[in-house]
Order: sequence, then C-alpha cells, then structure tokens
Amino acid sequence: MKHTLSVLVENKPGVLTRVASLFARRGFNIDSLAVGTTEDPTISRMTIVVSADETALEQITKQLYKLINVLKVQDLDPGDMIDRELVLYKVSALPERRHEIIEIANVFRAKIVDVGRASLTIEATGTGDKLAAMEDLLRAYGIKELARTGKIALARGSRDA
Amino acid sequence: MKMTGAQAIVRSLQEEGVEVVFGYPGGVVLPLFDALYEAEGIRVILTRHEQGATHAADAYARVTGKPGVVIVTSGPGAANTVTGIANAYMDSVPLVVITGQVATHVLGTDAFQETDITGITIPITKHNYLVDDARDIPEVMAEAFHIAGTGRPGPVLIDLPVDISRGEVAFSYPERVNLPGYKPTVKGHAKQIHQAASLIAKARKPLLYAGGGVLSSDGAKELKELAELMQLPVVATLMGKGAFPEDHHLFVGMPGMHGGKYTNYAITETDLLLGIGVRFDDRVTGKLATFATKAKIVHVDVDPAEIGKNRSVDVPIVGDAKSVLAAIVAELRKMGAEPKTDAWMRVIDDWRGRFPFHYHTSESAIMPQQVVERVRELTKGKPTVFTTEVGQNQMWACQYLRITEPRTWVSSGGLGTMGFGLPAAIGAQLGRPDHMVIDIAGDGSIQMNSQELATAAINKLPVKVIILNNGYLGMVRQWQELFYERRYSSSTLPQDCPDFVKLAEAYGCFGIRATTPAELDDALVAAFAHDGPAVVDVRVEREENVFPMVAPGGSIDEMLGGIPGGPVSEMLDEELLEEVWE
Ligand SMILES: Cc1ncc(C[n+]2csc(CCOP(=O)(O)OP(=O)(O)O)c2C)c(N)n1
Ligand SMILES: [Mg+2]
Repeated sequence: MKHTLSVLVENKPGVLTRVASLFARRGFNIDSLAVGTTEDPTISRMTIVVSADETALEQITKQLYKLINVLKVQDLDPGDMIDRELVLYKVSALPERRHEIIEIANVFRAKIVDVGRASLTIEATGTGDKLAAMEDLLRAYGIKELARTGKIALARGSRDA
Repeated sequence: MKMTGAQAIVRSLQEEGVEVVFGYPGGVVLPLFDALYEAEGIRVILTRHEQGATHAADAYARVTGKPGVVIVTSGPGAANTVTGIANAYMDSVPLVVITGQVATHVLGTDAFQETDITGITIPITKHNYLVDDARDIPEVMAEAFHIAGTGRPGPVLIDLPVDISRGEVAFSYPERVNLPGYKPTVKGHAKQIHQAASLIAKARKPLLYAGGGVLSSDGAKELKELAELMQLPVVATLMGKGAFPEDHHLFVGMPGMHGGKYTNYAITETDLLLGIGVRFDDRVTGKLATFATKAKIVHVDVDPAEIGKNRSVDVPIVGDAKSVLAAIVAELRKMGAEPKTDAWMRVIDDWRGRFPFHYHTSESAIMPQQVVERVRELTKGKPTVFTTEVGQNQMWACQYLRITEPRTWVSSGGLGTMGFGLPAAIGAQLGRPDHMVIDIAGDGSIQMNSQELATAAINKLPVKVIILNNGYLGMVRQWQELFYERRYSSSTLPQDCPDFVKLAEAYGCFGIRATTPAELDDALVAAFAHDGPAVVDVRVEREENVFPMVAPGGSIDEMLGGIPGGPVSEMLDEELLEEVWE
C-alpha cells in the first residue's frame, strides 16, 4: 500500500542524508522524495512516497521521529490531501506530428515549453493518475527524455484548526 | 569570556562534570590536546588504540551512569572508533566522541587524513555534528551530552575541524538545550499503567523480563520492589544482568540462546510477560512465532520504536523503566493487589532443580565453567565488576557468575565485539576504583586489544584478565562442530602463541599460568592478590561446548545439550500445573 508521508525537518545540512540513509538501512523503499523549505525558512518539508504495510509504516514513522532533526511526521490521508507532481517530457515530434502532440498536451492542460527541430518539451502538473495517462499517450510518439519532481502534497484546508 | 574553540570544548567538558577522557592525539586534534594539558579536574587516559579508548569510555559510562568521553584525531583515528561507537549504539550506552577533522576550507577535497566520519557514523550514532562555526561549540556540546544521556542513551559524535578549534568563542554555557525534535517521554501513560497493573494482579503465571533499560534508567530498586510486592519471578537478559540480584529466590536466569532451560521454559509457559527495557532481540526470542505464545505482553520502553518492532504487544508503555516501574508498584498498592504466584514459583523451582547448568569435571583438565565458578567463589562478597570478551567465555560468564549489583556487569551484547573486555575493564576500573575488575576472556578475543595491557600497567589500573585459553575461536568451533560436520575452518589458535604470561610481563603486568585443576585456585588467588594488573592464562579443556543451546532460528524451549528435557509441553509436572490452574 502506498503512503504519502509529509515530514517536517529542521533545515540543516545533512538532514536529507539522515532520512535517506534511514530508509535504506531499515529496508524501506522510497518511491519518490521531494524536499523544499516551508513558509518558515528554518524548516523544510519532505514529501516521501513509500510502499509499506501498516506495521512497516509504524516502524518508519517511529524511526523517523528518532532522528533529532525530524519535527513532525504525517501520513496524509489520500482522500483528504492535495498532491501534485511536475513532469517535463521531451517528445519526438517531427513537424507533421506536432499538432497531435500539442492536442494531447492541451487535453491534459499541459504546456509546451520548448520546441526543437525534432522534439517538443511539455510541462505537465497533476496527480499521479493524470500524469500516467498522459505519459501513456505520449509514449506512442517516443519520449526521448523525462524528468519529474516527485510528488509534493499538503493536507486539505478542512484539516486546519 | 573569550577563548579558542579547543578551550571551549574543555570548558564544556568541565561544565558537564567530566573527570576522565579517553583518547589518542594526532595532527588536527592537537589544539584540543593542548587545551587538555593541565586542564583542571580532567584526567586524560592515553590508550594504545582508538578502539580501546572507545570501549573504555563505554564501560566507564556503564559503571558510572555518566557519558563516556573520547577524543581522537581525524581519518584513521576517527575510523578506529567506529567499532566502539557501533558497540555503544547497539547497547544504548551514552558516549560523546569528539573527532578532529581537517580544516573547513579543505573539507571535501580528500585532504590528508580526511574521512567523512559524520557520514560513516550516521547509522551508529544517536546524532552527530560537524561543527562549522566555533561560536556553536558550547551549544553543540550541551546538546551532545543531553542527547547521549537522556531518553534511550547512545553515542553522539562531534567532528571538529582544526580551524574551528583554533577559532574564537565568547564562552557561555547554555543552561538548557533547545531541541524541538527531541523530547523523550519519561512518564508512562496512566491508563496503560493501570492496565498493566490489572493484568499483573490477575495473572497466575506472570514473568518479568528485564533488560538493559532497567539499568540505564537506574531502576533496579523499583524492579525489586515490584517483584517482591507481587512475588513475580524475574528473568534478565545479557544486557540486564545486575538489574535484579542473581542470588534472589525470584531470579530465574538469563533467557535465550544459551540461557537456562528453566528460564526458557518459564518464558514459554508464562501467561503474562512483562518486558521492561528490553527489545525482544533474536538471541533472546529464538523463533518469534513460538516465543511466549501463551502470554499477554506488556512492553515498557523509553524508545517507542522498540515497542511492536519484533513482537506485537497487548499493553505498550512508552516511558523510562524506573518511572514506569514505580508507577506500576504504586498502582498495585492502590488496588490492594496480592501475590498469586506461589504455585507458579513451585513449577519454576521444580524446573530449576531439574535443569541446572552443569558440566563434568576432570582430574587432569581444567573445565572452563569451573574457572568461572572459582572466580565467582573467590570474589564472593567483595565488590567486583565483571567484563567479558565474546564467545564461549562470555556465555559461561553469563551462566556461572552471580551478578548482584547494578552496573557491575559490562559485556558487549548487541554487537558481540571481540576485544571489548580488556579496554572495558580499564574503563570500569577508572569508574570504580574501589572495585576489583575482572575480564573473563578468550584467547582469541584478548588478542584483539591486548595492547591495552600497556594502558593498564602505566596507569596502575589493577585489572585482572582471566583467559579461558582453549586454543580455539571456541564459539566458532562449537558451531562448526554442531552445524558444519566438525570442519574447523580457520578457528584453531595455538594455545601457546602468544605466551600470555610473557606477554603480560612484557607490558609490566603480572602473568601466571594454570594448566591443571590443582593449579587453578593458586593462580587466581595470586592474580587477585597482586596489586597491579594481572593476566591468568588458564589452559582449559579445548573442546568443551556451551550448553544448553537453542539452535539458530529454533524455539527457545527446544534446546540442544544440557540435561535432557523436551519442549515445555512435556516438561510440566501435572499436579503442580493443576494447582496453577485451579
Ligand atoms: C570482532 C569480531 N570478529 C569476529 C567475531 C565472531 N566470533 C564470535 S565468537 C568468536 C570466537 C571467540 O574466540 P575466543 O575469544 O577464543 O573465545 P572462546 O569462544 O574460545 O571462549 C568469533 C570469532 C566477533 N564476535 N567479533
Ligand atoms: Mg578461545
């Protein structure tokens, strides 16, 4: 089962290494990890997607809390979170097929951010499902390169006090 | 007050009340050793190897309850502490290890003697620091001591680049530390404590399972109070030895791989297992699926991650063992609970009578178990700290010594580090100058840090090393005998190389050998009477095995060797059991 962990950490050197090393040595697999500072520049948020059953998730959470620089660990409720990922696709696009590709990008509200002689680069944001569907369609044209940010997420507003 | 970074480190050590530092100098840590020269109130013990320094500090911490302090240089010096740090981490021992580091402007360039020691030690420290501003030193030091010594104790490493130790600090030591991500829970939850107490009040076959957490929280008194109030039998793990007096009628031995049969039977049969400061380690539980399956489990630990890690729990209590034990006692008193374990104790006493540890003596050969027994008898009633090496020697020490006081047993539990015992004896002797300190050693292990005999001799630390010299890596040989068709691959050591008596003498220690049972007592007495460090080379029966034994991955009530006795289901005295169940 996939879980989206939102982990608040002190923004200090080496914290990412501590977290990544913890996952590796305890045998927990990271599907994706995204880090950045929060509204408070001394604090960063790591959004970590892991596949784990309940027991493993409990261990991960407890082990994370043992790291001195970890302040808060939340297992976000999939039904009650906003999650997004940004992907850049560089797709093979000979002039005669550009049109079709642009059409696909439009359907998914993605943007064309670069046009080359034989390729188009598309920027897409969204949830995992949407991006997977789009990627599926683009594959038919040949994806030359792909970069993704990893998922970031927040609990919905109704969770706030 | 203005001072250098190095002086600030020393001032911080003084603020923390540090009296002994174990260390070894080198290029980039020279400013710090210079500041230690003539530092008031701090004795610096120069060991002969950084591993020795780290184990000595570890043992010092175990016998005193105060964090052990190590100061070494960068690169090889820092790398040599790794085994010692890993050992302290596995056994939850508070250490503050300060390593010199190359200057900040060359960090990351593979400079001479640069090693990424903070990177290396992430998995084996509770926390570590790379100091990049001398002004942070007081705060980092205060945090390091706080983190090392509170909650679940453990080692903390501070990496100190040489330019930082030469930098300038306006020294003021923080009164308190501010660590928003570190707030260990000390007091147990009232509702859970009530639940535990109610289970204890009702249980017919309860069992206390005590570990290192009882000792590190200084909770031995509270454990005894609880045991005696409800007449609860107590088993103590290797790390928990000394948490409960081993000559007490409620003491039921050490559980696990080389524990007592009666102990493992008790665990298998108990209906309420109260784990206090333990971690359900595989050497204790054997096959988890058959471990204490008849029992409800109460698990008290200051580290929430230990609860439910290996074994699911009925009543989890996060808190410090001492405080939770006291709260459970208070709750039971309030409930007016009465002991109900009379029949259960008779079942256990029956097993204890039928399945004691035993060995066959011989006219000609000294049995290793006999050596430990004689050491026990010759030190009875005298304040003694025991350390051990690793292997058969350690297991016989567990089986045949009687540890009666907290913090007088120092053994490498989680890591099983050969070479731990001698430097540990040195650290223990410094922490307990009024105790006799004895290292029960093996001929293999002792050679991993025998250079520390120099440290003992030079510092006049009268530790006694009793080598159970079997001419083998005995525990390895035992496994090869039992599980590898007696193919003794790389496990034979010539009994006379080195000549341990001459080795001792070369270092200025007293050395003596015993080869026959008739010589044993005289050799031990001579070593104990000698007013300096001594080594006794005891030539023991070479192929003796440690029994009983749980086969790796087996159920703990099905043990090899020892007095024959099947699984617990076949070992129950029907009449006695009826009473228990009545
Ligand atoms: C540093 C280290 N290396 C290897 C081992 C594996 N090991 C465990 S017990 C043992 C044999 C120890 O021999 P000795 O000290 O002579 O003790 P004995 O078992 O003979 O009493 C070995 C090699 C270990 N525990 N530690
Ligand atoms: Mg040996």
